[in-house]
Amino acid sequence: MADTTFHRALDSDLFWSFRKSWTARVSSLVLLVLFGAAIFAPWLATQNPYDISQLFLLDSELPPMWIDGGDPRYILGTDQQARDLYSAILYGLRLSLVVGFASVALAAALGITLGLLGGFLGGIVDAAIMRVADILLSFPAILVALLVNGIARGVLPPDQHADAAIWVLILAIGLTNWVQYARTVRGSTMVERQKEYVQAARINGVSGSGIMIQHILPNVLGPVLVIATINLGMAVLTEATLSFLGVGMPATQPSLGTLIRIGNEYLFSGIWWVVIFPSVVLVVLVLAVNLLGDWLRDALNPKLR
Amino acid sequence: MLGFLIRRIIQSIFVMLAVALIAFMMFRFMGDPVNSMVAETATTEEREAVRERLGLDQPLWVQYGRFVARAAQGDFGLSWRNARPVSTLLAERFPATAELVLVAAGLSLLVGIPLGILTALKPGSLSAQTLQFVSLIGISLPTFVTGILLILVFSVWLNWLPSFGRGTVVDIGWWSTGFLTVSGLKALILPSVMLCLFQLTLIMRLVRAEMMEVLRTDYIKFARARGLPNRSIHFRHALKNTLIPVITIFGLQLGGLIAFAIITETVFQWPGMGALFIQAVSFGDVPVMAAYLVLVSLIFVVINTSVDLLYAVLDPRLRADAARAAH
Repeated sequence: MADTTFHRALDSDLFWSFRKSWTARVSSLVLLVLFGAAIFAPWLATQNPYDISQLFLLDSELPPMWIDGGDPRYILGTDQQARDLYSAILYGLRLSLVVGFASVALAAALGITLGLLGGFLGGIVDAAIMRVADILLSFPAILVALLVNGIARGVLPPDQHADAAIWVLILAIGLTNWVQYARTVRGSTMVERQKEYVQAARINGVSGSGIMIQHILPNVLGPVLVIATINLGMAVLTEATLSFLGVGMPATQPSLGTLIRIGNEYLFSGIWWVVIFPSVVLVVLVLAVNLLGDWLRDALNPKLR
Repeated sequence: MLGFLIRRIIQSIFVMLAVALIAFMMFRFMGDPVNSMVAETATTEEREAVRERLGLDQPLWVQYGRFVARAAQGDFGLSWRNARPVSTLLAERFPATAELVLVAAGLSLLVGIPLGILTALKPGSLSAQTLQFVSLIGISLPTFVTGILLILVFSVWLNWLPSFGRGTVVDIGWWSTGFLTVSGLKALILPSVMLCLFQLTLIMRLVRAEMMEVLRTDYIKFARARGLPNRSIHFRHALKNTLIPVITIFGLQLGGLIAFAIITETVFQWPGMGALFIQAVSFGDVPVMAAYLVLVSLIFVVINTSVDLLYAVLDPRLRADAARAAH
């Protein structure tokens, strides 16, 4: 059984298109490496950047090891707090990806639910959801995310800001990005609703929620995958931007954006490596996700074949 | 046309009321204003007196109505952080952001449109391909990384341009401008380049795509058949139709520029509204956040509405569609 599935996968159009496109292959290879680095960060890192007892202040502001004054123990150099940059980037990548995936999951769950409800029920429910979506869409994502972030900070007591930061970020980014899913799912739901299999299910006495979840949902999920991929790049970028602006992950638990912010503060003392290396990792990550998303969109679009 | 106008304006008013509702909810449910106004030892009666004086004992919709009335007059109360009127704070910061956004918007048009035309007219040429590639990078780079790179190269290594602040500003009435001094102009260069880069690539790509589309249409073929010179075909006939969608996107993106100015202002320590907003977000300063939200939304709504109307004026087909849709 598994064997035939595997062969069918190898024969599929998608796989053929994947082998033909070198951008898809390169970007997925890059992503595989980055995901691996994030998952195995505790084993790949040479020190735990969260553990202050492992930091030696004498080793602060060391340049990368291939530059004069560098120390082979610190491959990419250290920052002002003597944090090993290589380890900090691994852990930061991990945080950025966790926030990215979690907020995409939140946005997708929210968007799919609201899209299904709107498309299936129609009427005032649909109108209300789509009005909110329209208003949300007319504002830049970063502004909405900042606002949700600010409200969460206002509600939470200040001493909990650092601990809650990751949840606040996931919430802020997730609440910002659900509109695209909702619009797409709503559109396909309205088409599916008219089809005969839905009428058949209705005649058989399947309840509204049963039809939505068991029958319509599987048929509208295709485009969601593409949106989710492209959205991951956006989510990672939004997280980095918020952290860079100082309202994201705190300096004690730096994500890639926080590392760039810390590096930016010391740009003028000539310590360029603290800002450059996390930026490179961030740009490569976002670029790879975007290129893969572009490829997926084209490959799944039958009009382009 | 009049019906379209009225519908559009009513829609805008609803959006503004919704935004005001969000702002109002922030005020109402984030922290109890009474706590910050009375002494910690105040009795329940004293608290109730303050509550009554502030009108907090009245039904929510009455409070909302009063909030909207005050907001319409620009009154958002005092900042929780530095106890100054929010409207004064915003008015002080507004010129810095406005000048930055205007210069960036101007740059993106002045550079983006010619580059778009160039790449559309000579699609295979080396310069066009280079531009396409560079624009791809421009879209992929996070804006704050671009800003940091600009500072690293032009301020730290070359030491040509300042990396923070507005330079020397001149006050004209309540408006402080950086346009009139050399240091003010120099300080504008890096931030406006950073801010305009994304929009510039967007406009360039849009103009290119539209121009190539228009050049394939029949009326351009007729113009060529009539033997009109290339210059006249490209710039008098083709460009006019190319620019209609550019106006829409530009208008919509102008709002985006104001939002992205938040990032630019943080990178370059530019004393604008965005920097103020970020401080408010990190301190949970509700009055400043609410006022910024309402002000920026107002700017957005005004821009979006005028773009829609302008579009209807420029493109007769849309007027016909709108008329048909109304029936």
